[in-house]
Amino acid sequence: MAATPAPGTSKGAHSDVTGRRKKGPGALATAYLVIYNVVMTAGWLVIAVGLVRAYLARGSYHGLYYSIEKPLKFFQTGAVLEVTTCARSWTDASLCVFCLVSVSLQVQSEDSVLLFVTAWTVTEIIRYSFYTFSLLNHLPYLIKWARYTFFFVLYPMGVTGELLTIYAALPHAQKTGLYSVTLPNKYNFSFDYHSFLIIVMVSYIPLFPQLYFHMVRQRKKVLGHTEDYSKVE
Amino acid sequence: ELALEILFCERHRSYLLWRYLQVEPNATIGEIKSMFHKNHPQWYPARQSIRLDPKGKSLKDEDVLQHLPVGTTATFYFRDLGSQISWVTVFLTEYTGPLVIYLMFYFRVPFIYAPKYDFTTSKHWVVHLACMCHSFHYMKRLLETLFVHRFSHGTMPLRNIFKNCTYYWGFAAWMAYYINHPLYTPPIYGEQQIRLALILFLFCQIGNFSIHIALRNLRPPGSKTRKIPYPTKNPFTWIFLLVSCPNYTYELGSWLGFTLMTQCLPVAFFTLVGFIQMTVWAKGKHRSYLKEFRDYPPLRSPILPFIL
Repeated sequence: MAATPAPGTSKGAHSDVTGRRKKGPGALATAYLVIYNVVMTAGWLVIAVGLVRAYLARGSYHGLYYSIEKPLKFFQTGAVLEVTTCARSWTDASLCVFCLVSVSLQVQSEDSVLLFVTAWTVTEIIRYSFYTFSLLNHLPYLIKWARYTFFFVLYPMGVTGELLTIYAALPHAQKTGLYSVTLPNKYNFSFDYHSFLIIVMVSYIPLFPQLYFHMVRQRKKVLGHTEDYSKVE
Repeated sequence: ELALEILFCERHRSYLLWRYLQVEPNATIGEIKSMFHKNHPQWYPARQSIRLDPKGKSLKDEDVLQHLPVGTTATFYFRDLGSQISWVTVFLTEYTGPLVIYLMFYFRVPFIYAPKYDFTTSKHWVVHLACMCHSFHYMKRLLETLFVHRFSHGTMPLRNIFKNCTYYWGFAAWMAYYINHPLYTPPIYGEQQIRLALILFLFCQIGNFSIHIALRNLRPPGSKTRKIPYPTKNPFTWIFLLVSCPNYTYELGSWLGFTLMTQCLPVAFFTLVGFIQMTVWAKGKHRSYLKEFRDYPPLRSPILPFIL
């Protein structure tokens, strides 16, 4: 799908709000992008609703993950299709980690999983509706505001959940030698998933602040210019 | 005589840094940089970028004042390029690392492998051969840096040395760890594979060296001229008929040889990453050649004949 990035679905959403209308994608590409974003929004809403219902039914949040596991995995895989939308930004790095972590780990009953699933669910609902509305050139200010404000709480929440989950998974990864390759073998290569997870955790230290402050800067740019650009950027 | 102003430009602001009255019209940019350095000792000439327009290209040291589009007052924009380091220093550092690091793994210095293997040697002769090839490769690079290459630019930003050394030293350690490991597995096809690999490696090392010599001879000492390289009497340079940057072609070949010789996945990764980077460089160089020379041979590809 060789589409030029539609306004609101590309880096344009994150970087300069120039007011200059870039030549949009063709009708077919726009239709694809709209459908994709609507489906993703709907999917995350399903997950959110599933979470709430399960909590109300059980009265506690233990084992909540299992109730939304299937749709969650389905939509994570769908999120891989993000690549076709000529994405984008740093938020997806975190999304990738989220996919990696939750699809591969066996610790779904942990509260930490719930923490980041909730955080990312809310984030993604807002984000996909943001893109959908942008594509249709009818972006309600509320959505834009939500996108660039909720992250203040949701990002730290999500990252904390991820880190706790990875940490909880370490003993299991080490014990079972999950995804690991040892010597000797004919390719003279080895990989220790346990050590890799530790490296991933450490890498959050430089990466998360960059991501966070990038969003803070974007917020200033995007929400600070609302008088000049009443239409979508 | 001209009056000279140098404005410091920083994104959207600019302010007057210095004003020189009475500058000779035939002064060069290089001389002006020296003058500016005297008044601002923290900005040595190598880290000065002087331009006519804040967003324009840097002027060259050789440019003469009166040949530039300036009136009786020349206004230049200055940008600080940051701490600089010489290319020679960077090359020597980034190449010495792999040489030393690989040998540490080869001799199984303590704290790398289990203590019972300290200072032992591998029982596989291909491991000794690999060490010789790897060491030869980096020795060659060091000697070329000192005696063969003629650099266009004197310096590069300081942060590059950290980036480059991390790359070279990191990969050297990663490769050396597996090749010299007590549990190393030699190539499946044994002697045949190793022999073929060695021939490929040596052929490409000679080829790479021949290209470096040919390029050096294009450029008289101390000059920065650019000319189209052509095949010489040396058969290893005949590849110029098909390729703009055969030094990279031969380098790829050398590392393919080394990969085949060691049958080690990290070496394959290193070869791949190097190939990607060299392709980017080759395409850039090829484009510059095309832009600069109207009569550039049309048959040539950047790095792989007919393909890339």
